[in-house]
Amino acid sequence: MTDVQRAELAASAAGKGTVVNDFQIIVATVNGTGSQTANTVLIRALFRMGIPVTGKNIFPSNIQGLPTWFTIRLSKDGYIARRETSEILVAMNRNTLQQDIDDLPSGGVCFYPAEWKIKHHRDDIVYYPMPVNELVNQADVPRNLRDYVANMVYVGALAALLEIDLGEIEGALNFHFDGKQKPVDLNMGVVRLAYDYAMDHLPKVDPYRVERMNGTGGKILLDGNSAAALGSVFGGVSLIAWYPITPSTSLIDAAREYLKELRIDPETGKATYAVIQAEDELAAIGMVVGAGWAGARAMTATSGPGISLMAEFAGLAYFAEVPAVIWDVQRVGPSTGLPTRTSQGDVLFAYTLGHGDTKHPVLLPADIKECFEFGWRVFDLAERLQTLVFVLSDLDLGMNLWMSEPFEYPDEPMDRGKVLTAEDLERLGGFSRYKDVDGDGIAYRTLPGTDHRLAAYFTRGTGHNERAIYSEAPEDWVQNMERLNRKFNTARDLVPQPVIDRAEGAQFGLIAYGTTHHAVVEARDRLREQGIEFDYLRLRALPPNNVTRDFIAGHERVYVFENNADGQMARILQMEFPELAGRIISLAYLDGLPLAPRRLVEMITEKESAFA
Amino acid sequence: MSVDVRVNDIGLERNEYTGSPSTLCKGCGHNSIANQIISVAYELSINPHRVVKLSGIGCSSKSPAYFLGRSHGFNGLHGRMPSIATGVTTVNRDLIAIGVSGDGDTGSIGLGQFKHLIRRNIPMVYIVENNGVYGLTKGQFSATADQGQVLKYAGVNELPPIDICLEALAAEATFVARSFAGDPAQVRELLKAALSHNGTAVLDIISPCVTFNNHETSTKSYPWGKQHEEALQDITYVPYAEPIMVDYDEGEVQIVELHDGSRIQLKKLDPASHDPTDRRAAMELLEQARENMEFPTGLIYYDGSRQPFAEVSGLIDTPLTHLPEDRLRPPREALDRVLAKLTCC
Repeated sequence: MTDVQRAELAASAAGKGTVVNDFQIIVATVNGTGSQTANTVLIRALFRMGIPVTGKNIFPSNIQGLPTWFTIRLSKDGYIARRETSEILVAMNRNTLQQDIDDLPSGGVCFYPAEWKIKHHRDDIVYYPMPVNELVNQADVPRNLRDYVANMVYVGALAALLEIDLGEIEGALNFHFDGKQKPVDLNMGVVRLAYDYAMDHLPKVDPYRVERMNGTGGKILLDGNSAAALGSVFGGVSLIAWYPITPSTSLIDAAREYLKELRIDPETGKATYAVIQAEDELAAIGMVVGAGWAGARAMTATSGPGISLMAEFAGLAYFAEVPAVIWDVQRVGPSTGLPTRTSQGDVLFAYTLGHGDTKHPVLLPADIKECFEFGWRVFDLAERLQTLVFVLSDLDLGMNLWMSEPFEYPDEPMDRGKVLTAEDLERLGGFSRYKDVDGDGIAYRTLPGTDHRLAAYFTRGTGHNERAIYSEAPEDWVQNMERLNRKFNTARDLVPQPVIDRAEGAQFGLIAYGTTHHAVVEARDRLREQGIEFDYLRLRALPPNNVTRDFIAGHERVYVFENNADGQMARILQMEFPELAGRIISLAYLDGLPLAPRRLVEMITEKESAFA
Repeated sequence: MSVDVRVNDIGLERNEYTGSPSTLCKGCGHNSIANQIISVAYELSINPHRVVKLSGIGCSSKSPAYFLGRSHGFNGLHGRMPSIATGVTTVNRDLIAIGVSGDGDTGSIGLGQFKHLIRRNIPMVYIVENNGVYGLTKGQFSATADQGQVLKYAGVNELPPIDICLEALAAEATFVARSFAGDPAQVRELLKAALSHNGTAVLDIISPCVTFNNHETSTKSYPWGKQHEEALQDITYVPYAEPIMVDYDEGEVQIVELHDGSRIQLKKLDPASHDPTDRRAAMELLEQARENMEFPTGLIYYDGSRQPFAEVSGLIDTPLTHLPEDRLRPPREALDRVLAKLTCC
């Protein structure tokens, strides 16, 4: 670009005015080159400047070498859904350089290593070449760390041109390295060099910049898997059994860290918990079921292929009535599918996992605050209902950084459910394990080790009568299954209830759940500008109850928006409320990426035009 | 008329250790083993409420219903008893776990879990009631059936057997024994020793299926066992604090001390015979038995030095299931502390 062109562009940019705190940065890198540190530092620095920010890592199933994209969205309005367009490109992957440049919108900005040649220049974007090698050479960096700190060059360059506060970058580095001065100084040294270089050599010609605001005061920034882990710890989890699988592994990693911090016995220095890496997912859920049967709060975390393997135990937990918790951090199936991409594709499977007439409560957190809350609450539900309870998160929620209000300490004591002690047994003169004493379908249980001659019962996955005795009698079978249905109906009112947000002049209803919620929030504002208003129900758990039924019944048509291809929740709701099935319209889409608001706006506009 | 009722040290009668009537075939080896479990628990004055009975699926796995009716039992999934046992024993270290499995349950569908259980050294008695055949599905070969065996419907078994004891040893088992349901005295003493072991104690008990696999040429039959059993030792379990009465020549008797202070006294039946603390010798013994179609029984291997899983995991002694809420849920300040680090500005 000539100086004349640059001046023209600068003038036109000035004419457009500046864009403050409302754009997206995309960092294109190579997997395994350490850009994650640079990206999270940028996010945290922006967050510390009070700017609502979200980061999404679009990464491959690979350890090193394949392309990775990281998007950082700044939204002064507080939107946190995925945005499809990025105005600012940091091109750190030579192999995708041209494609990444081509993807920029007109007026976009490209930061790239000055050493690289760009084949097809676009006249409608701004280029900021960064002499990456030269700057790293100037910095006093050990050879083996050069590739990693090279990423700090773009942090410094972005800071200079977007006006990100260097102090906040240092603060973010401090957070990242847990206050360890050496790595902070090392990285900050490169940031400063790049910053100074950019200030001296790269005149600002694009309209994008950041500005301090107070959109994040008191808020926290965390990934959903860590939030889930923390919630589990505050739910009193005592046994975690798991098998490594993306994208759930970091949930266990986080749990282990929090447990180490919070659940070591001060007197003995020993653990009051066990984390067991199992040989496979069958064993993982088996350990959880064993521990739950023995009276401990136990969980596993997995993803789609894992719950496929857990199906048989899920049925056992349902039928033998053993409390258990599965966190399913969903990724794209069928089969191995897209193992590092997000979806809501396990809803139908999880809800009915197991052969025969099996069903499970399923919690559906939409944000990290709910990951925390459902993290502890799910144990109350599992023990109260004496059954397996799923929590369905997804890769987008689990592995990306989200802004949130701080978590609230559990507001009620643990509910350990209907467990009879030796004293109870003495008073009652015995018990029938599967008898519905209270009419809610939930029977009383005893725990192994209870010191009473009447405490024992025999747990089995085979047919049994009220006294837990093996039975093939048709009437025993029917009676038991009817009680299990009664229990499931009890669950309807115990699980987290939906959140309803009504709108004046609503033309229809819309149902969404999980991370899809964030796209709905933004799409709703845009549709409102087009004069389209709707009532919104966000499902937070299955099975649904009358609240959802009434919502559907109250609208001529209700769209169900979700991140899978088959419209699984729409089908579930049609099964649950067959008399209303005709009103339920599925808006389902899955391509591996979090649903963007645009998708919903287009789907609704198209569908509604047919009704107009 | 007064009836003289015998009770054990904790005041329980033998019939308080029985279970429901067996629904297995008359003469099934599994019933004999269930009876030995009843006798042993009674003799050792084990408090039934401390015992958990665990099993998978199959004829053998039904049998926990037929002993210790006052103990909690969990008849789980086919081949998955080890994972349930791992969960149960990890969260409650006070429990005494007795697992009953079969050759299909352990040698085929559950082989992976079996070996990983052993690798973790989960403290439990793991009994394999081994009859070389699938009973409930009516007469298919199991993976432990010897090569060349013949069954009425299944024909000839062309594949080599999986040896439960060898698999256990390969997985670093700390207690491995083989026995025969037709030798109740030995089963009883081995059970007692197994119950005193602080780790996984594997008892591979040949337990004939009288309906499908009890013909003379079957290596898992009563006739074959009676003819071929070669006991490695004459085993006597000596409870803690009871003196050992040695009346054998030196070198003939090996004393093995167990975790709880009890001992087993092994009178060697052949002076040059097996040393059960020698792992390689144990492997060699089993390999030879395989090659020559021999049936050595008794204590094959014992290692009291390897720690059980809970110890290795640094677990507190108190059962996790006994921890009160204030030791399970960290206090409000702990959450505040975590959040403070994550909070913006």
